[in-house]
Amino acid sequence: MAAPVERVPPEAGARAWKVARGLAKGFGTTLRILWQRKHTIQYPDRRRERSARFRGRHELRRYANGQEMCVGCELCQVACPANAITVYAAENDPRHPHSPGERYAFAYEIDMLRCIYCGLCEEACPTGALHLTQEYEMAAFSRDALVYGRRILVDREATEFTVPEVVYPPFEGRRPPEAPEAGRERAGVTAPAGEQEAQRALSRRQDAGSCVPEERRAVAS
Amino acid sequence: MAAKSLILVLLLLGTFAYLMLFERKILGFFQFRLGPNRTGPWGLLQPVADGVKALIKEDVIPAEADRLIYLLAPGISLFMALAAYAVIPVGPPVHIGRYTVPLSIADPGAGILVLLAFTSLGIYGVALGGWASQSKYALLGGLRASAQLISYEIAMAMNLLAVLVMAGSLRLSDIVAAQSPYPYALVQPLGFVIYLITASAEVARAPFDLPEAETELVAGYHTEYSGLRMAMFVMAEYVNLITQASLVTLLYLGGWAGPSWLPGVVWFLLKLGAVLFFFIWVRATVPRLRYDQLMALGWKVLLPLSVANLLAYAGWAALAG
Ligand code: SF4
Ligand code: SF4
Repeated sequence: MAAPVERVPPEAGARAWKVARGLAKGFGTTLRILWQRKHTIQYPDRRRERSARFRGRHELRRYANGQEMCVGCELCQVACPANAITVYAAENDPRHPHSPGERYAFAYEIDMLRCIYCGLCEEACPTGALHLTQEYEMAAFSRDALVYGRRILVDREATEFTVPEVVYPPFEGRRPPEAPEAGRERAGVTAPAGEQEAQRALSRRQDAGSCVPEERRAVAS
Repeated sequence: MAAKSLILVLLLLGTFAYLMLFERKILGFFQFRLGPNRTGPWGLLQPVADGVKALIKEDVIPAEADRLIYLLAPGISLFMALAAYAVIPVGPPVHIGRYTVPLSIADPGAGILVLLAFTSLGIYGVALGGWASQSKYALLGGLRASAQLISYEIAMAMNLLAVLVMAGSLRLSDIVAAQSPYPYALVQPLGFVIYLITASAEVARAPFDLPEAETELVAGYHTEYSGLRMAMFVMAEYVNLITQASLVTLLYLGGWAGPSWLPGVVWFLLKLGAVLFFFIWVRATVPRLRYDQLMALGWKVLLPLSVANLLAYAGWAALAG
């Protein structure tokens, strides 16, 4: 049987010397730092430049003529992994269209408490309407206040972005079913007016187990 | 006497408040930060804001707590901490006309003993606070805090004895007088170092801040305390720190002795400030010990060393005279 390896602890004097040297080195390090430049950023007065790819609060942009870019396609809602977005689309009034498309976001909500700022909604948006801005100061006193609706997302602009011209042909009312254009014979075209559409979207969301509370669903319908 | 006591208490509380700000600032500097600077110029109003916050914070008393003792404990801690300072002279007596005013509430012949008595009584606040909360965390925290404080008090007392043997008096002003021309830090370097270590353990400061072991015990003996009562515990801790730093100044750094182009009080305060800075520096540098390391260091290293120190100086004193 091999003799057990005996671990000889270092001599007390050598250990004390090691400890003392280590302490001296540490004290020197802290003392050096004491005189060095401080890295504190005086936050509300001075802000750090954020990277161009920073993703903050959402914004639904408008065209230069004031029309909303969002056409209420709900692709962002589908793309959102956190289930934070709820879009209720409605048909545009041909005389006062909100957007150049057939539909616009009649109600648009993002639950900022669920959002993980992944930017997938931004990627999914076909019109480039949805944009994550550099704004990050979003503290609030209640959870409800953190569910952002149109008032914040559409009406409060966080960037000066404008698209110079409307990329979609202006919406001038639905073509009558007798003269359908090629490729427009989809079920969606014959959908009833905006309110009923929103109602249908709502029931779809309810089936999917949406987290939007009852009282806010009522708002949309 | 009463007026002097009042002045002392107010001075101590003011010093406590600004010591805390000073510590936060210095700790910040040690960590590449600026420290508190939003309240008032250079953050000078921060203690006021902290005080107001402590006052208006919700004060919770656990339903099962032993109310009387629970309410008394922070008071005991703070009272003992403040009372201990009564025997510490902060300078040579000043002469105002015919009167000679000593710069301490009292300078009793057994000054050191009075001080030791008060500092060890302060442990009651800690132990009772932990016990009366009726929380197991607080109880364990109180027990280990008192175990720590008592363990280190022994090594500390051995060091004090060595100083007393050299000075031949228990009176603090005599000890200061005995330190000319050489302060005891030079005469007893080992005792000085050990005293610094035991003092920081005695006032539960880093690296010996185990009574507030957030990692294991939530917060230690004051887990169940909040608001002003919690602030009183903290206050007691900081007043104890000031006391210990003053004691280091008096026992090892020659107290108010210094070239006469500055008054004695100023020398005392300068030295006190240096010692306090040193304690903060230690806090910024040395990582916290484990509890068994703490006990091993206290009983196996510091106590034998301080006894050896005492024996050496006692033997020397016996041979010399
Ligand atoms: S950033 Fe991501 S999580 Fe947030 S709303 Fe868009 S898709 Fe959803
Ligand atoms: S924001 Fe974009 S993706 Fe979302 S509904 Fe509007 S157009 Fe569609």
